[in-house]
Amino acid sequence: MATTFQLNGKPQSFDGDPETPLLWVLRDHLGLTGTKYGCGVAQCGACTVHVDGKNRRSCVTPIGMVAGTSVTTIEGASGKVADAVKAAWVQIDVPQCGFCQSGQVMSAIGLLTAKPKPTDADIDAAMAGNICRCATYVRIRQAIKDAAGVKGAKA
Amino acid sequence: MNAVANRRAFLTGSAALTIGVTLPGKAAKAQAAATTLAPNAFVRIGSDSRVTIIAKHVEFGQGPATGVATIIADELDAAWDQVDVLFAPANDPLYKNLMFGTMGVGGSTAMRESWDQMRMAGAAARAMLVEAAAKRWGVAPGAITIAQGVVSAGSRKASFGELVEDAAKLPVPQKPVAKTPDRYVYIGKHVSKVDSKAKSDGSAVFTQDVRLPGMVHAAVRRPPAFGATVKKVEDGAARAIPGVLDVKPIPSGVAVYARDTWTAQRGAAALEVDWDLSKAETRSSDQMFAEYSAAARTPGKQVEAAGDAAAALARAAKTIDATYYFPFLAHAPMETMDYVIEKKGAGISVHAGSQFQVGEMGAMCGVAGVPFDQSELVQHYAGGSFGRRATPVMFDATEAAACARAYGFAAPVKVVASRENDLTGGWYRPLTVHRVRAGVDANGAISGWDQVCAAKSIMKDTPFEASAIRDGVDGNMIEGANDTSQYKIGDFRLGQHLMKSGVPVLWWRSVGHTHTAFVKETMIDELLELGGKDLVAGRMELLKHDRAKAVLAKVAEMAAFGKPAKKGRAKGIAVHESFDSFVAQVAEVSKGPDGLPKVHKVWCAVDCGIAINPDIIRAQMEGGIGYGLGHALYAELTLGEGGVVQQTNFDSYRSLRIGEMPDVEVAIIPSTEKPSGVGEPGLPPIAPAVANAWRKLTGKAVRRLPFAHGDNA
Repeated sequence: MATTFQLNGKPQSFDGDPETPLLWVLRDHLGLTGTKYGCGVAQCGACTVHVDGKNRRSCVTPIGMVAGTSVTTIEGASGKVADAVKAAWVQIDVPQCGFCQSGQVMSAIGLLTAKPKPTDADIDAAMAGNICRCATYVRIRQAIKDAAGVKGAKA
Repeated sequence: MNAVANRRAFLTGSAALTIGVTLPGKAAKAQAAATTLAPNAFVRIGSDSRVTIIAKHVEFGQGPATGVATIIADELDAAWDQVDVLFAPANDPLYKNLMFGTMGVGGSTAMRESWDQMRMAGAAARAMLVEAAAKRWGVAPGAITIAQGVVSAGSRKASFGELVEDAAKLPVPQKPVAKTPDRYVYIGKHVSKVDSKAKSDGSAVFTQDVRLPGMVHAAVRRPPAFGATVKKVEDGAARAIPGVLDVKPIPSGVAVYARDTWTAQRGAAALEVDWDLSKAETRSSDQMFAEYSAAARTPGKQVEAAGDAAAALARAAKTIDATYYFPFLAHAPMETMDYVIEKKGAGISVHAGSQFQVGEMGAMCGVAGVPFDQSELVQHYAGGSFGRRATPVMFDATEAAACARAYGFAAPVKVVASRENDLTGGWYRPLTVHRVRAGVDANGAISGWDQVCAAKSIMKDTPFEASAIRDGVDGNMIEGANDTSQYKIGDFRLGQHLMKSGVPVLWWRSVGHTHTAFVKETMIDELLELGGKDLVAGRMELLKHDRAKAVLAKVAEMAAFGKPAKKGRAKGIAVHESFDSFVAQVAEVSKGPDGLPKVHKVWCAVDCGIAINPDIIRAQMEGGIGYGLGHALYAELTLGEGGVVQQTNFDSYRSLRIGEMPDVEVAIIPSTEKPSGVGEPGLPPIAPAVANAWRKLTGKAVRRLPFAHGDNA
């Protein structure tokens, strides 16, 4: 039986094994490749998407589990918070190799949606699941603060 | 804005040298450009004024794509937003690394090897635009100026595009004159990186993201120990998984082909393989450490000797005898090794983020049995390397080509290594042991230094052996330990043992310096203290190079090194030269709740010659510090009983995470020297700086990495 859900605001269905991880449905079946494979065991966060607005590791999320939910990937991330995060990332040139950054950006959007003015401890806790082997962490932290500042100034 | 794009037809074969090629794909605007100024292999200017810069280095985060664009755009005085960058095809005559003789990067060579070449490439194009304008307006070339992509003489102005047709008819200047530094508009200043936007919104394309019509996904089941081979495969369970298409033996294991990656990985796991372990490496890391440390107690092949180390040690007032243990380390780039290969015409078409473009294509064409000149590489961004994306034997490219060949090239085949294959598959920083005996005399001066290193050579028994091993000495293994390159020790001896093992080993971000800098900088710290010397002034007395002294003085000043640290904290210092650059760091450290060092702040001073992109240099120092720190504190790759790798994913191969990253403050020393390396030189000083702080805090000298191994608490 097909699994139906909302994907980036549009209805979507997947007619395969409901155990298939959301990551591979997105990447190999639906062609949304902004979400990356890094470990497959929810250790690196490169596959982070939002399910009903909350951060989720898509590599360990069976597609059957997202039935009836709303899934947002990096390609569909939009709105004030998402735009502020992406702009902050570009402004201070956060990415190096860039492979983990879709996941970092999605986790940061999730954090700022829940906590518009995060402390350093909030950032450490919310971003702890996202590995960056290039160690762009100094800039990730700064970009999150910049994005929060922009949003605060506008509010 | 600037985007790295793949428009390979633009560059395929001899088209790279012709004028007036058309651009396929997304470059619709450029396609309309009837005329292109193409003075060399690196610059194209269209009649639409777009400047396309061809980047010969793979971009996996160290910023060479932005770097070459910065240099050429500066020589041209182009506006930054009229510049596009695209990756070069696999073509040694046009795009070889001038320090290697073949295409590739490594050893932090990108800017070092191409600085002059890129300036000349930009200067040639500029001279042709200037001459075209001078002729058109009947003025002397000296009366022409260019600023932000506008060519002018008095009130007359023209865009690049308006001059391209005339300029393309002119002879290419053979000896163009590059700018003097006072006229730089981008070099040494800030430009936005060409790839930041695409890498922040998910649109950047990596090899993992390539999808071709009819493409199948392959996963490889590798042996449980290095050197094991397949005896017998029972594939019934794998084939029973819906979506599994085929199973084929390949030289490195067994390939499973499926409709998607997940199914291929499950298929590979479901294979029942009977392995032939008769030729496998079955020693554990602990056994290797025991053998290597025993070897390090014998003199080994002499690499270098000055004075009489034995005699100086014999007369020393105090001596230290220390053995250092460094584990295997995996590179673990975020994007595992991956390729997409399809048959195309008489050759193959390969999608990859290739570090050795020509070497890998040659190897793949060899496996496929097709001619190189009928084949093409479609180069993509690569998700990190740290050395991993290049092996001396083109291992991963060869394996991927074997997967495609075993499938009969019946469809495009995508091979993505699982993280488990990445971590357990070898190509590690070699497990290494150093033994140092050193002493100080009654005046506190160093009296003798005898060092022996034991490790498996990265270069031996590879195609690189002839150039890398001279007179039986592997220079990479002990680079940075040589007396000639760093401190004046006087009575010094360095020996080396090339150990044998079945574990494939590889250059890993800063190669030999990963361990030699640790040994040198922790031992010198201990000796200075033993001799009652100041840790900065004492180093100053011994350092050979003024540029090393300058970074050391700068970092000591930045960190107020002479002043006490905050309560419960200590500061450690280290300085090291690598890849023609000089880096000094101070780490401020406390003992964390887990009993391991908590690094609060790192000050870093770097002299890498002319700073082309200062912010990229800062980013590389930050990254080198973070990468070095994560492995110094947490990560080791160990072989357990039977030679089986014990770390299979990031749950056991521990990576630095955001809360463990210190604040980093970087100072770049102004310089007029040629640009030198930045991708690697930020790494070597961090581990010894932390260890030196740790010794102050705890009184315990660190002899084994990582800290988490447990010997250092």
